[in-house]
Amino acid sequence: MFKFDKLVFGDAGWGDEFLIATLMTLLVSILSMGLGLFLAILTVWAKIIQNRITRFIANFYTTVIRGVPELLVIYLIFFGGNAVVMSIAKVFGYNKYIELNALTIATIAIALISATYSSEVLRASYLSISKGQLEAAKALGLNKFSIFFKVISPQVIRHALPGIGNVWQITLKDTSLISVTGLVEIMRQTRISSNVEHSPLTFLVTAAILYLCLTTISGRVFKSLEVNYSKGFTA
Amino acid sequence: MIEFINNIQNSLIYKNFFLVLSGLDNTLLLLLISLPIGFILALLFALGRVSKITFLSRTIASYIFVIRGTPLLVQIYLIYFGLGSVKFIRESFLWYALKEPFWCGVIALTINTVAYGAEIFRGGIQSIEKSQVESGLSLGFGKFLLLRKIILPIAIRKVLPSYGNELILMVKATSLVSLTTYMEMTGIARKIMAKTFAPVEAFIAAGILYLFLNFLMVQFVKYLEWKYNPHLRLNN
Repeated sequence: MFKFDKLVFGDAGWGDEFLIATLMTLLVSILSMGLGLFLAILTVWAKIIQNRITRFIANFYTTVIRGVPELLVIYLIFFGGNAVVMSIAKVFGYNKYIELNALTIATIAIALISATYSSEVLRASYLSISKGQLEAAKALGLNKFSIFFKVISPQVIRHALPGIGNVWQITLKDTSLISVTGLVEIMRQTRISSNVEHSPLTFLVTAAILYLCLTTISGRVFKSLEVNYSKGFTA
Repeated sequence: MIEFINNIQNSLIYKNFFLVLSGLDNTLLLLLISLPIGFILALLFALGRVSKITFLSRTIASYIFVIRGTPLLVQIYLIYFGLGSVKFIRESFLWYALKEPFWCGVIALTINTVAYGAEIFRGGIQSIEKSQVESGLSLGFGKFLLLRKIILPIAIRKVLPSYGNELILMVKATSLVSLTTYMEMTGIARKIMAKTFAPVEAFIAAGILYLFLNFLMVQFVKYLEWKYNPHLRLNN
């Protein structure tokens, strides 16, 4: 039933392959979380400036992506992404075939999903900053950049950290779906190994334990970050 | 005008839309079985989680921890590929359910939603003010009556928005069951794509249907919120 002896490192087992796969999962999660946060800031900005067009685009984007299964988004980017990139390249006069590699596609797809969740978190924490603070900053004569970096960001980060931690967990678990694109992360490695060894239970349990470790450890990291950022605010 | 309508009717998205629509009943079937069972079990698990029996509470806590810490895809694969590879399960009565991708999907989705739902309901139960429980006790309510008349109605009403979120996540989660060869909407969309080599048209048709399904779910939750929060209605 279980063949845990197949998990040793080296040529006899799959230990090192799984280690690399775990690092790949982490890499994709971190990259797409970063890109997602950047997109989320853009989305929040588009929603809070008083412009109907940008607000409509941002609302449309978040509603559609959050209403459609993650798997569909990934399929759409994986199978349709190349065509989009090539048609954009054609506008700039580049006619050769372009193929995005699996890591890029995975990062973009997961980032698009994670950005919608992050944007809700960031928007809520932006709205929780009292108006008086912005007025006070303006009255002190701070320019827009100083207001953003010295007044808004520190408070948004503190308010948003618990929510961002949740989004990180979702993002980490969503990376299991990109195994359909052929990128060798934990889930793909599980399928490969179990096909070779004819023991899916062993490797699926391994994958579950690996994901559990990743979520637990990163949960601890976010907890300590929260403690660090709320210094002076807890009794 | 007629030409325009003909153009639409000949377009790939229009044709795919009806092909994908034929998978709607399979998606709904998954939801119609796993959501009600999940709701009831989640309530029971939440009650066990807040109970004073340490063993029960700890067991449920670790169940929730494991399920929420692993991706749904791992759980589906574990049940479909993992359990199917064990010899004594293949020879037992469980095999009647586990050999069907549909029942594997139902079991995995139920297990998943119970963990998330139990955590949501626990929050609701623990947020009930003590005075309300005490007033129930002072009226001479027994444990069961207290649960039925005070704790559960207030808790469920409070967590309706977040449980609604979970319901929408479940609608989206059904698409993962397509990876176990079960032909619901995503599975059919993938089949269309493999046939026509037109990925965007196939997946957009499926996406529109999922959006519509989620829209209905949001309206349903809004209706429930309206119905069970009569004191918050503006005009009555």
